[in-house]
Amino acid sequence: MSLISDDTAAAAVPQKGRSPWADARRRFFRNKAAMLGLAILVFVTAFALFGNVLAQWSNEELDFMVMGQVAELGGPTLSNGHYFGTDDLGRDLYARTVQGTQISLAVGIIGALIAVIVGTTYGATAGYVGGRVDTLMMRFVDIFMAVPYMFILILLLVMYGRSIGMLFVGVGMISWMDMSRIVRGQTLSLKGREFVEAARATGVPAPVIIARHIIPNLLGVIAVYATLLVPLMILTESFISFLGLGVQEPLTSLGALISEGADTLNYGTTWQLAFPLLFFILTLFGFFFVGDGLRDALDPKDR
Amino acid sequence: MALLDINNLSVTFDTDDGPVHAVSGLSLSVKRGETLGIVGESGSGKSQTAFAILGLLARNGRTSGSVTFDGQEILGAPTDALNRLRAEKIAMIFQDPMTSLNPYMRISDQMAEVLTLHKGLSKREAVAESVRMLDAVRIPSAKERVRLYPHEFSGGMRQRVMIAMSLLCQPDLLIADEPTTALDVTVQAQIMDLLRDLQQEFGMATILITHDLGVVAGFCERVLVMYGGQVMEEGPTVPLFAEPAHPYTRGLLAAVPRLDEEEVTMKAIPGAPPNMANPPKGCPFRPRCAYASEACATMPPLEPFAPGRARACHVEPGRVAA
Amino acid sequence: MSPLLSVRDLHVTFGITRAGDMPWTKPRLLHAVNGVSFDLEPGETLGIVGESGCGKSTLARGLIRMVPATGQVMWRGEKDLLAISAAEMKRYRSEIQMVFQDPLASLNPRMTLGQIIAEPLKTHRPDLSAKDRAARVAAMMERVGLLPQMINRYPHEFSGGQCQRIGIARALVVEPKLLICDEPVSALDVSIQAQVVDLLMELQSEMGLAMIFIAHDLSVVKHISDNVMVLYLGRMMERAPKRELYAAPQHPYTQALLSAVPIADPEVERTKKIIPLTGDLPSPMAPPSGCVFRTRCPRAQAQCGQTVPEAGYGDHRTACLYPGAIRAEELA
Repeated sequence: MSLISDDTAAAAVPQKGRSPWADARRRFFRNKAAMLGLAILVFVTAFALFGNVLAQWSNEELDFMVMGQVAELGGPTLSNGHYFGTDDLGRDLYARTVQGTQISLAVGIIGALIAVIVGTTYGATAGYVGGRVDTLMMRFVDIFMAVPYMFILILLLVMYGRSIGMLFVGVGMISWMDMSRIVRGQTLSLKGREFVEAARATGVPAPVIIARHIIPNLLGVIAVYATLLVPLMILTESFISFLGLGVQEPLTSLGALISEGADTLNYGTTWQLAFPLLFFILTLFGFFFVGDGLRDALDPKDR
Repeated sequence: MALLDINNLSVTFDTDDGPVHAVSGLSLSVKRGETLGIVGESGSGKSQTAFAILGLLARNGRTSGSVTFDGQEILGAPTDALNRLRAEKIAMIFQDPMTSLNPYMRISDQMAEVLTLHKGLSKREAVAESVRMLDAVRIPSAKERVRLYPHEFSGGMRQRVMIAMSLLCQPDLLIADEPTTALDVTVQAQIMDLLRDLQQEFGMATILITHDLGVVAGFCERVLVMYGGQVMEEGPTVPLFAEPAHPYTRGLLAAVPRLDEEEVTMKAIPGAPPNMANPPKGCPFRPRCAYASEACATMPPLEPFAPGRARACHVEPGRVAA
Repeated sequence: MSPLLSVRDLHVTFGITRAGDMPWTKPRLLHAVNGVSFDLEPGETLGIVGESGCGKSTLARGLIRMVPATGQVMWRGEKDLLAISAAEMKRYRSEIQMVFQDPLASLNPRMTLGQIIAEPLKTHRPDLSAKDRAARVAAMMERVGLLPQMINRYPHEFSGGQCQRIGIARALVVEPKLLICDEPVSALDVSIQAQVVDLLMELQSEMGLAMIFIAHDLSVVKHISDNVMVLYLGRMMERAPKRELYAAPQHPYTQALLSAVPIADPEVERTKKIIPLTGDLPSPMAPPSGCVFRTRCPRAQAQCGQTVPEAGYGDHRTACLYPGAIRAEELA
């Protein structure tokens, strides 16, 4: 930490301050594990967005050459354009993995985003208003948390049919509750801090206090938690897909691909499990590393 | 022979912003039964000195120099040797007693543990001894209270428990780091009174680390004034307070308001304490010193100038006193 | 002329609910401030002293409705601050500003110095243009001794003393009439305390401010105050002009408090007589009957448990049935 000394008086131009964000950024970029995680995420994202450019097959096309003899002919090779081999029906696994990664990332990120928006608003309001409103709002969350959400989600998927939209709704619905609790707790402790008290004493209106004093100081925690929430969402989606209730064919997700790959493992087609699993694990590792790095950068213990 | 001898001790912390020299080249010695006060403001290195002696520095801290206790080198000694030393010979009390008391253990168990472990006493003897020690620190109805948990005591009582615990093994040296800073004045008066009595009764050498010149004045035979990781002045308490010979000591004494004066004055020292990540060259007090000159760009050595007194300043003692 | 602030029978009571209490359980009451009355003239400095838990910070927060208070707080003889609506109260908030104990914690770490000092102006003077506002911020910075080029810096880049200057600038930029300082120097180094106290006194005489100066350091209070009030367990023990209170304290508690303050002079410190207080501070949830200080008072009589002593009126007010200097034989 550098303090300003008076000998800087010579320069009368306003000095640039070192904001807490800049400090955190510096610490983050110095964290090797986080940088590795970030590199992995960039790679996985690039794969999901631009992977199709390299694909020689679409994800729906059946390769009649290998159909029926997948175990013998459908292995990963460059010669017939199936870089990752084919699936059990003879569809290109590379194209399907690209597509599955897209869906999984989308589910993870949108799920986390819903959690951030709903959870932050809900938690910050409950925490700042306090009193009975807070009690009421948090008891509501408690009750909701006691509901077996996986059961509800599966019921919803069965009742309203399997669709990506339903999946987003379901995943978002359950993810915001933890977020709201965390945000509320943080808001409560921020509310007791002297700078918030100072703003109240000056007569700054409550919405302005929340926007100017509470939220900016919450962003660190939110960012960390959201980053760690993405892989959890991906896991949830995979679990549902593994049960066979996830996205509908011809769309697929990493979870669905892994499920299929596991089913056919006995036929000796290990690649059908290996490639989706590799991307699944890479994505999870990437997010966890980055999340950990963000936590260390935003809330260092030695300050 | 001195009980504790510190020679050219330096403490450096490696931080994100580069190395921070918390203590540079500190030397001091404490005789058996002596009371020494280390006075300084935040960042003066007074607490880090104590931590370095006990091997309790944070993990990014490095030390150099030598610290001998009872003729034995203890700087960088192996952990179990230090542990034994800390338990039996050198005790420490902190500003916040809660940090060194286990909140989930009864006082009796915590105190007895020390005795059974290091003195080989039976549990029953150990508890009896603990009660005796709680009596010695004047905790009323110690026999009943020994069964309580730390949070059931008030702040002042907790500090008494801490003192009782630190004295269980009858240490040769007690290091008290800001023992009364968190307490109210009336409680502070009680605790300092207690420490004074216990010090005379047990005869242990005591290092009192504090920012409060009033507390030092009442307790210590000798005082060391630190600033920016360096010793500025050292000497017996009475002459040091009566005729401070270092500009910093002078400034500090003038800055402290005295309640016994008809018209209280507080004379500010201009500027701010040095940033230890980027300290001024030479004497750390130079940027705030009224007597500063070119010569101060090199750190003056700590030199004796009167019986028992030493100071680190380029200006002649007579000029500072005037 | 009416006083700037006239406080009558101020109470601040908190309801304490324990974990596991049912929503309908009656909360236990904690009387943090219990019937305090005083007047404050324009330009006057009132020191409020007492040990932790005496209610001095709560008292200050009660005055400006940061905590719910009852009683009467008459502002310039025109409005009772406790009786007006929250919207009307907002107007008066610019006239009463506050400086806090922890210099760094009282500044939002994500805001620059300029933004921090400008915030009260944005709240209370929305009519000002951005240029006028910047000019006022710059003028205020100069007045408290902050260099203009520091304007874009963040709180963590400043030392404790500088942070407290920022806090003072923020409080004074809207030109209040009353400044409440809650332990403004106790977190600072000794050599810096004097700087901040000097600054406060300078600004006070320049701007004609009245001040309520809360501290546990009796020497600093003696330096800065005109009048001093001593609190114990939410009640006023004694209030007197500074000189009288320090030279001839009447309440046994005041005397004990003053005798405990260490003095930075070995010869004085080692020979002075301390009036010891026995026992612990009673729980504020169950304060002693009668005089709250009687359980630790060297002079307590049976009568002290029966009647709550009245402070009376006048310049020197003492809430004690048996006031007067404590003699050596009383301590035996």
